[in-house]
Amino acid sequence: MNNVYLSHNNIVSAYGFDSASAIDSIKDEVSGLSLVDDSSILPNPFYSSLITQDSLSEAFQKLDPKEAYTRLEQILLVSLSDTIKKSGLELTDRVGLILSTTKGNIDVLETKNPFDESRAYLAELGQKIEDFFGFKNEALVLSNACVSGVLALAVAKRLIRQKRYDHVFVVAGDLVSEFILSGFNSFQALSEAPCKPYCKTRSGINIGEVGCSILVTKDDNNLVDESVRLIGEASCNDANHISGPSRTGEGLYRSIVSAMNQAKIDADAIDYISAHGTATLFNDEMEAIAFNRANLQDVPLNSLKGYFGHTLGASGLLETIIGMHSLYSNTLYASLGFDKLGVSQPLNIIKETTSKESSIFLKTASGFGGCNTAAIFQKVNS
Amino acid sequence: MNRSDYHIKSYCRIRDGKISKDGELLFSDASEEFPAFIKAAYKHFETDYSKFFKMDNLSKLAFMGAEVLLRGNDEENTALILSNRASSLDTDRKHQAAISNPKGGFASPAVFVYTLPNICMGEISIRHKLYSENSFFIFAEFNPHLLSNYTNDLLETGKAKEVLCGWVDYDKEKYDAFLYVIGKKGLLAHNTEGLTKLYRTK
Repeated sequence: MNNVYLSHNNIVSAYGFDSASAIDSIKDEVSGLSLVDDSSILPNPFYSSLITQDSLSEAFQKLDPKEAYTRLEQILLVSLSDTIKKSGLELTDRVGLILSTTKGNIDVLETKNPFDESRAYLAELGQKIEDFFGFKNEALVLSNACVSGVLALAVAKRLIRQKRYDHVFVVAGDLVSEFILSGFNSFQALSEAPCKPYCKTRSGINIGEVGCSILVTKDDNNLVDESVRLIGEASCNDANHISGPSRTGEGLYRSIVSAMNQAKIDADAIDYISAHGTATLFNDEMEAIAFNRANLQDVPLNSLKGYFGHTLGASGLLETIIGMHSLYSNTLYASLGFDKLGVSQPLNIIKETTSKESSIFLKTASGFGGCNTAAIFQKVNS
Repeated sequence: MNRSDYHIKSYCRIRDGKISKDGELLFSDASEEFPAFIKAAYKHFETDYSKFFKMDNLSKLAFMGAEVLLRGNDEENTALILSNRASSLDTDRKHQAAISNPKGGFASPAVFVYTLPNICMGEISIRHKLYSENSFFIFAEFNPHLLSNYTNDLLETGKAKEVLCGWVDYDKEKYDAFLYVIGKKGLLAHNTEGLTKLYRTK
């Protein structure tokens, strides 16, 4: 089977407009979350990590746009333009584009939004991105709740393996909107403080926003220092409940086992787990059960939600990119917000940023609809 | 070009008040509105699943298509690969209308949970006990090429034994579902030309 690699990457976030800005802050354990008081989004102040609009507009104008673009489109275009440029790849018919998002331009449904409601159609969003850069293939839009970002990497791999493409650019993004916050608020899932994944005193999630992008390629001659090989992936449903995670961690457990089988590795080969860790009671507990069933309870694990909040459809790609940098620098980043274990099964939560020689990491994600995805990555350069 | 060792086992079409399977009309109803039509279909097929009535329109549409195809199909490792144009916009608009109500809006968790297109796959997974792969794609129109490539990969790598695949769209009171099961053996060869033809057949 051909190797499939993850290569050039970019993160547009509250920390800045490239992956390095985010990595540097995470290394220093600086959270991107802050208290936001914006009653047009939520009546009460809330914790979030937001991309500064002024800086975004400035970065976006450098791309010399010829028409008006929504805020999410600007974020996606700024991120992807950096990744495409750094890759130096020509966008031939062998190059694909996957857009992964949970809600896309959902903010255009608000009456105050100047854009037409038709912009809410995700295919239209895909087309905007495709046209801006002149991709030769139709953008594939993947919308699979909170596993979208990591599932998109599996989709890219599968389409490369089917010889449909040689290279695929994956771009992911979701906004912090009234639509999303009011929904999570209705579930009483929002925390009033910075989130604390797996911690005894956790009280729910924060929602954040990012745009991120990456090159997935079969060629080993266009790699970067932090490149990894995608050696196993799987996605299994809980078949249990549409909004509540399985009490047995069924889908996540099966995803992890199936990904390990494909990668032909055992649990002890995994050096680090980049988990989902939304900091809701049910999610964190479900993950703890699944990791224990897979015999991964001793593997160092973090959730990055304490840095960015939950960035929905983008979170899986965002956290994979950070995992790549984590492997490359042989550094395990602290699971910010964690103090004392608050799940019923043991987990090896990374309490402080530490050096550790690492070569393989597992990324997991779980979402509404009972979906779960696990992907395993192996360092290329060491 | 799309060669494949796999076959279309069975296919289902739901639109214009009609439900057919493998080209044969199974049910029709004169109701102009989708909720009445799908409720009549639920009764016609003697479906026994009370949770059906809490679902949104998109999930009801996908659920009935899966009911027609998967009843009696005992392959546990059947992956779901669905696609549409409007994502969950029908429910998204309801959620948005609720929260922007000038008299003081509030969100309903029972509505909000359906503001994701993949929820309909979750409903099918629960109903048929499928702990399998789920992927939901959004296309401007039915895209058999991509669905075939992706399906073939899941089958070739052993991620799935069979795949329930297709198109399920609900937007502005219009509905259109074309779902099919791909497996080793079946009625028709699995190729994009054949799928396009079946989709276009009225």
